[in-house]
Amino acid sequence: MTNLEKYDKLFFDAFKVKAVELPSLKYQGIALWDSLGHMDLIGAMEETFKISISTIDVLDFSSYEKGKEILAKYGVEL
Amino acid sequence: MELFAHCEREPERLLAVTEAGERLTLGDLNAAAQRFAQAVGGHRLVFLLCGNTPGSLLGYLSCLRTGAVPLLLDAQLAPALLGQLLACYHPPFVYVPQDLPEETRTLLGEYRPVLELAGSALLRAPAGPEPELHPDLALLLTTSGSTGSAKLVRISGKNLDANARSIADYLRLTEHERPITSLAMNYSYGMSILNSHLLVGAPVVLTSRSVLERPFWDLVVREGVTSLAGVPYTYQMLRRAGMMDMELPSLQTLTQAGGKLPEALHQLFAAWAAETGRRFYVMYGQTEASPRMGYLPPERAVDKCGSMGIPIPGGTFRLLMDDGSVIAEPDCVGELVYQGENVAMGYAQGPEELCLGDLWGGELHTGDLAKRDEEGFYYIVGRKSRFMKLYGSRVNLDEVERLLTAQFPEATFACVGLDDSLSAFYEGGSPSLAQEAAEFLQAQLRFPLRSFHLRPLEAIPRSSAGKPQYAVLQKML
Repeated sequence: MTNLEKYDKLFFDAFKVKAVELPSLKYQGIALWDSLGHMDLIGAMEETFKISISTIDVLDFSSYEKGKEILAKYGVEL
Repeated sequence: MELFAHCEREPERLLAVTEAGERLTLGDLNAAAQRFAQAVGGHRLVFLLCGNTPGSLLGYLSCLRTGAVPLLLDAQLAPALLGQLLACYHPPFVYVPQDLPEETRTLLGEYRPVLELAGSALLRAPAGPEPELHPDLALLLTTSGSTGSAKLVRISGKNLDANARSIADYLRLTEHERPITSLAMNYSYGMSILNSHLLVGAPVVLTSRSVLERPFWDLVVREGVTSLAGVPYTYQMLRRAGMMDMELPSLQTLTQAGGKLPEALHQLFAAWAAETGRRFYVMYGQTEASPRMGYLPPERAVDKCGSMGIPIPGGTFRLLMDDGSVIAEPDCVGELVYQGENVAMGYAQGPEELCLGDLWGGELHTGDLAKRDEEGFYYIVGRKSRFMKLYGSRVNLDEVERLLTAQFPEATFACVGLDDSLSAFYEGGSPSLAQEAAEFLQAQLRFPLRSFHLRPLEAIPRSSAGKPQYAVLQKML
């Protein structure tokens, strides 16, 4: 699996969304991506890519697209 | 009600500030209450679908102010569960936010709008019989909100006043406080924050954002927020969000309730508060006590780690043995019983019970097992009854079994729970049932998938009377 596929799969698994919904997906935009969902998503993200996301980036991780920028900072090429 | 003492005298006083910077005053509440009274016409049942919005706040307080009786529900409650509650209680009015989920809107198709208030609408039911309400009844709260249980707690105005007074007393609240709504207002702890601050004339900062969002913290800084409230999971998030490293000069007080905080987190936040000259309050309550019963004085937060404290002003605790005798010596476990003016009038299992008076007489058997140390501090050690906490919300395990059985009639379920993890043992059903049932619970109850553990068994252990042996199942976790 490519990194992008792994990244997408984290969203599919956590929020039961379809591929077409990903580009516009935002924190609090759907019921499952609430604060509990966010903690889980970040945890799964760290485990999958073997990184440790800083507190500032946890707060800034506000959408599917924004998350890609953040992962790039940790050297994860999508 | 004493809660509204400031309203007549000081219409200019602030009630709330919104995320957009909008200011609501007590005068706005007075005006809203007047319109509400005209539309509802007094002591009648209103289902109030809540978000942390100006509309919900004005609707809630207008009800209390004018004698309408609101049942506070989460606006995001699963539509099927809301439907069951509507069918059970036949409220003549439902009050809803504008951005209602489509399915919920469909459910309310026959209701007609009669009033609009700050982005929420009051809807009237088609004509029909409505429940009779006891004159002292002021508010209804759910016992197990996420499962849509029809069992409600009946709360009087006297209960709310008494509890708001006690809270304002031990938190030493003044009009200079600025709490932020980090909890939902339909949740008894979130509601109590609104009440206690209204009593002292302090405005609340309204937001529905979580502590994991940057705009939440921008708002804390912009409005000079002085206190934060959280359930145990909020404290995990506060740690993850790096709150302890943020520059938050106005923040003075942290409060925690809604389940036992893991001791490591208690210690961490208590030590941080002590070092930075802040106050950290661990507290104890139940919706049935509208809701606060105990608090740990902040100066003891470090050395009494793990304790939920002492009774609130005006309340008393006792510990009872199984035979009903009172435990006098320290460090013995018994059922915690609370007495105080804030103990609710009782439960309602259906609309015909809304006319009942006070059945509890100010005494609440909490169902929590606790012990007391030599200095009189209390420690919760377990539960006697069929409830558990998921992320601060109480979940009735019998209700979960009912939901599962209705959805998957081919299987039999027995649920037990421990610290944010619910295990459903089952016999029968298809091979894919474990996954389907976990996803069903996730969608209905709106807790993360990993909260639910479906465990197949050849046979659920049962007593000779055929009842599941939950103690045996608990040991299998």
